[in-house]
Amino acid sequence: MKITVKLFASFRDGRFKEEVRDTPAGTLCRRIVLELGLKEEELGVVMVNGRHAPLEQELRDGDHLALFPLVGGG
Amino acid sequence: MNPLVYLNSQARDGIVSLAALAAAVERFGLSWAEAELLALENGLLPARYQRNRKMLSTAEQLRLARSRVAVIGCGGLGGYVLEELARLGVGRLVAVDPDVFEEHNLNRQLLATPALLGAAKVEAAVARLREVNPAVTVQPQQKAFSVANGAALLAGCALAVDALDSIPVRLELGAVCAGLEIPLVHGAIAGWYGQVTTQFPGDTTLADSYARSGTGIEKELGNPSFTPALVASLEAAEVCKVLLGRGTPLRRRTLVIDLLEMEFVERLD
Repeated sequence: MKITVKLFASFRDGRFKEEVRDTPAGTLCRRIVLELGLKEEELGVVMVNGRHAPLEQELRDGDHLALFPLVGGG
Repeated sequence: MNPLVYLNSQARDGIVSLAALAAAVERFGLSWAEAELLALENGLLPARYQRNRKMLSTAEQLRLARSRVAVIGCGGLGGYVLEELARLGVGRLVAVDPDVFEEHNLNRQLLATPALLGAAKVEAAVARLREVNPAVTVQPQQKAFSVANGAALLAGCALAVDALDSIPVRLELGAVCAGLEIPLVHGAIAGWYGQVTTQFPGDTTLADSYARSGTGIEKELGNPSFTPALVASLEAAEVCKVLLGRGTPLRRRTLVIDLLEMEFVERLD
């Protein structure tokens, strides 16, 4: 199946803004995160198709996964 | 002559000037807060709020004057939030921060000046807001927010504003607000990036954004002048709406901001 991954902020450095990826059916969000070389503890907002998604969420064909780094300053 | 008769005698088109309020304070021994409340309760708008007039009614201005809001953190976000809420006319502010100003605050923190290095941030907030709007009562609390003191710090507050620089403390603030059943206006920044949401009791928006315990990218990126000003302004707008029950707050929606690419993305819960 095909999914679209969108990266934000510092996650784009050395990677991409947006990429369509081929991935097996039933792939979890977590697997994409690890494939991109990101660590779970770096992640802030994670969403699939504009909604909050836990890393255990299964992706479906055509899904848009967006990953933002953790932002905590004030 | 009583103070209300005096204010009415000085009013023009329902507006009472700073000079008339100052005279009322002087002649009748009122505090500035009492003088403004007396005006607003009787349909008189202090002239300092006249440019609010097309968007806020005098009744709404009175509601703001009677409101108490806690601003947790008086640094990058908190300095601007306090300034904007005081100018808006929110009558009672609780300013919470354990820190003193350091040199690295000068690039962005509204209340930080070279002369105030080493001074407590909450005391700087009191002094600044007294200059800006003497009708606002600021309660300084020079302490670190925690679940242990949170309920006492937020007592009587209609809502809390998150201007913290720590993710674990933010989550504690979220827990305390949930326990008190008051809304929390959340903002966080890092470099070119920021996020804002308003969490009402029962919502889990904040926990969803901070589900994993890590360090924010601000530790690496720092923060410039404009990101805190922007995110603080969005927070102030949320505070205004929640206090007045107007408009559509960012409820179960998190606005994620990238000022480098000028992208504004919304996440639904």
